[in-house]
Amino acid sequence: MHEKTLSELSRDLKSKAISSEELTRAFLDRIGRFDDRLNSFITVTDERAMDAARAADRLLQSGKGGPLCGIPFAQKDIFCTEGVKTSCGSRMLDNFIAPYDATTAARFNQAGLVLLGKTNMDEFAMGSSNETSYYGPVKNPWAPAAVPGGSSGGSAAAVAARLTPAATGTDTGGSIRQPAALCGITGIKPTYGRVSRYGMIAFASSLDQGGVMTASAEDAALLMGVMAGFDERDSTSVDHPVPDYTAGLHAPVKGLKIGLPREYLGKGLDPAVEKAVEAAIDEYRRLGAEVREISLPHTDLAVPVYYVVAPAECSSNLSRYDGVRYGHRCAEPQNLADLYTRSRGEGFGAEVKRRIMIGTYVLSAGYYDAYYLKAQKLRRLIKEDFMQAFAEVDVIMTPTAPTAAFNIGEKVDDPVTMYLSDVFTIPANLAGLPGISVPAGFADGRPVGLQIIGNYFAEDRLLNVAHQYQQVTDWHKRVPPQFA
Amino acid sequence: MLDKTDVKRIAHLARLAIDEQDNNDYQRDLTNILSLVEKMSAVDTADVVPMAHPLEGTQRLRKDQVTEPDERDKLQAVAPRVEAGLYIVPKVIE
Repeated sequence: MHEKTLSELSRDLKSKAISSEELTRAFLDRIGRFDDRLNSFITVTDERAMDAARAADRLLQSGKGGPLCGIPFAQKDIFCTEGVKTSCGSRMLDNFIAPYDATTAARFNQAGLVLLGKTNMDEFAMGSSNETSYYGPVKNPWAPAAVPGGSSGGSAAAVAARLTPAATGTDTGGSIRQPAALCGITGIKPTYGRVSRYGMIAFASSLDQGGVMTASAEDAALLMGVMAGFDERDSTSVDHPVPDYTAGLHAPVKGLKIGLPREYLGKGLDPAVEKAVEAAIDEYRRLGAEVREISLPHTDLAVPVYYVVAPAECSSNLSRYDGVRYGHRCAEPQNLADLYTRSRGEGFGAEVKRRIMIGTYVLSAGYYDAYYLKAQKLRRLIKEDFMQAFAEVDVIMTPTAPTAAFNIGEKVDDPVTMYLSDVFTIPANLAGLPGISVPAGFADGRPVGLQIIGNYFAEDRLLNVAHQYQQVTDWHKRVPPQFA
Repeated sequence: MLDKTDVKRIAHLARLAIDEQDNNDYQRDLTNILSLVEKMSAVDTADVVPMAHPLEGTQRLRKDQVTEPDERDKLQAVAPRVEAGLYIVPKVIE
């Protein structure tokens, strides 16, 4: 049952071949059986899930359930879920029971999906390996010594091991696409403004975007239809029509113009990853796509720009954690200053502190023009590179990450080396463009992802292009042997 | 290269208590991150307009009407210390 696609499960639920209660029980059992090995969940919402499953079954019985009614899924622990602990992977929010639902949570509830639990993640989504979580690292289902990627590492590992048919993620610099690549699943980061950020705990507000992580592009298309849409409670939400993402999946890719940015090849790219990605591009050639080299000349600036913009916005966003209104409060505060500094010092881990401090520094008096303003100007140049490229090509293809999954502990003491894991995913965040990572083979037994970047609101195109590849390959159907 | 005093000053601005023994690590890590960022200065951006929103979005305005109900009790249920509907902090004024 755990190897079925969402559309197969949906069909089985509709035809009453299976009930949501049975399906939910089956996935909760898998979590109970396997998650000790992975640590992919922070909270499992067993009882609540069974109640929701029974409610879904009643709707299905009466013929009122929508297409995804009764399907279990998991939320990254960054989305507020009313009455359920929402920790964001941090000691700061270890005691935080969300008093309201994120718009995304409300939309999934309304569609009748069943929440299995909240997945592990890097603390406040800051990390590329899931090692900064207060709840301990997540293991990669393909190689227990390896990281699952981050920050949505718990969601990626849980989907890869089929502990849940689908999960949500958020992506500020690659946090959906990079773990999807490292765990061998499909993950889409939509256009900035496509998915509501209301109730999604903020890291860097001009970059953060929610999306979905699934086995296949077809599954992602089904869930995107639930998740995407305008929300007046998110001031940067974009009011743009939501298409039926499944409608265009079957269009052939013959004549599709694919751009390969020359700046992405070479430096730091593992040859085994390069080989797998080249094989995937060849597959598109066989399907009739036209492949041409393009240039994105400001690529080298993306990581530096990101490490100004993201920490600056993080230092501002995380100033709300003051030990007064919610979250961790230190014991026996001597005075108000002591309450603030100790609550924050104890509540945040090392990586979050580093980023808050970098952000505080670049925003401090006298430095704003040299750092934040400069970064915003370069951000425009990076966006313009993409706009020029999209005048010539329909989609851009790159490796999702420069290497396959690295080992736990390998990069954790060297922040800058860790940051370079996101060198290929960060540019799309800076430009606000949608991107998807698709499983494209293995390098030394560890999964490799192909990244496809599209123009604004071209999620339907990305899903179509990914789906066509998945019709002629079976990488997305592979399940790690220990979890079969 | 940031020194010990810089790290202390930044930590103070950010209202973060950091352990004295970690100061050296912060000096090294923050300096490394800032030198990564330094690459930005190689490009002349005198004529470039800064980009605040990828789709040039601006803040939407709405009617000045009350749309949210009073949820004080619900929201304060997660607060570390509350009395009579007020958040309690150490005494600020003697």
